[in-house]
Amino acid sequence: MNLKFSQKKGALVVTMLGELDHHSAERVRIKIDNKIDELGVKNLILDFSGVNFMDSSGIGVVIGRFRKVSEWGGKVAIVNLASPVKKVFELGGLFKIIKEYRDIDEAVLNL
Amino acid sequence: MFKNEMKIEFPSKSQNEAFARVVVAAFASQLDPTIEELSDVKTAVSEAVTNAIIHGYENSSGKIEIECKIEGRTLTVIVTDYGKGIEDVELAKQPLYTSRPELERSGMGFTVMETFMDSLEVESEPLKGTRVKMTKEFKSF
Ligand SMILES: Nc1ncnc2c1ncn2[C@@H]1O[C@H](COP(=O)(O)OP(=O)(O)OP(=O)(O)O)[C@@H](O)[C@H]1O
Ligand SMILES: [Mg+2]
Repeated sequence: MNLKFSQKKGALVVTMLGELDHHSAERVRIKIDNKIDELGVKNLILDFSGVNFMDSSGIGVVIGRFRKVSEWGGKVAIVNLASPVKKVFELGGLFKIIKEYRDIDEAVLNL
Repeated sequence: MFKNEMKIEFPSKSQNEAFARVVVAAFASQLDPTIEELSDVKTAVSEAVTNAIIHGYENSSGKIEIECKIEGRTLTVIVTDYGKGIEDVELAKQPLYTSRPELERSGMGFTVMETFMDSLEVESEPLKGTRVKMTKEFKSF
């Protein structure tokens, strides 16, 4: 799994490329958390455009990041879910706590 | 009725999660599945193998076996580990139940297997291991 970081209007944008499973989850978690701490950002946008596979390990990663930014009143937004990934998101009840937006611009406007 | 089968065995390394789901998907592809059916199978296999690695062997090394059968248009996948086993299988299968919340597990693995496949049977004995049997019938079109 490759991660690309950028910032947009004070939000940290994480673009993921690869498969999000137990094997990749640990590194993804650490890298994102370190970046959040390093930059001191409040809001997080997770761009799933390059993720073609995710299992329940990904649910844990998303909920964990949601918990982390929530501590400082931040929010998490999701963009570009491929249909198999969306199916796991739905089953995991993630849309009850996190919103999906059409693209990064729309996410930035709504955070 | 058309029949086919295969069996693989590999050590409980997290690198093998991707390997396992790709192998099973390749085996299932002879049934001309839809993209959605194939990704359902991949996700379910990933859940069972990940559970064997994290919970069965608790990240120590052990052997994982996968047996696949095709009978007609039905795929059967059996994932076996010889790890620590499950005390209470009914509790373990409950949505959101996890024995390892500190690892950021969500307790959704069995629910994914149950939802993405047609059937799920879990047999387990403490200190002996766990056997997860799943089936899925592929629609013909
Ligand atoms: N192969 C196994 N060996 C021992 N215990 C297992 C095994 N598979 C599952 N379990 C037990 O069943 C529980 C539920 O499993 P399930 O996959 O539903 O959730 P999880 O693995 O805890 O979280 P998630 O899969 O969402 O990351 C686990 O927490 C564990 O206690
Ligand atoms: Mg699991």
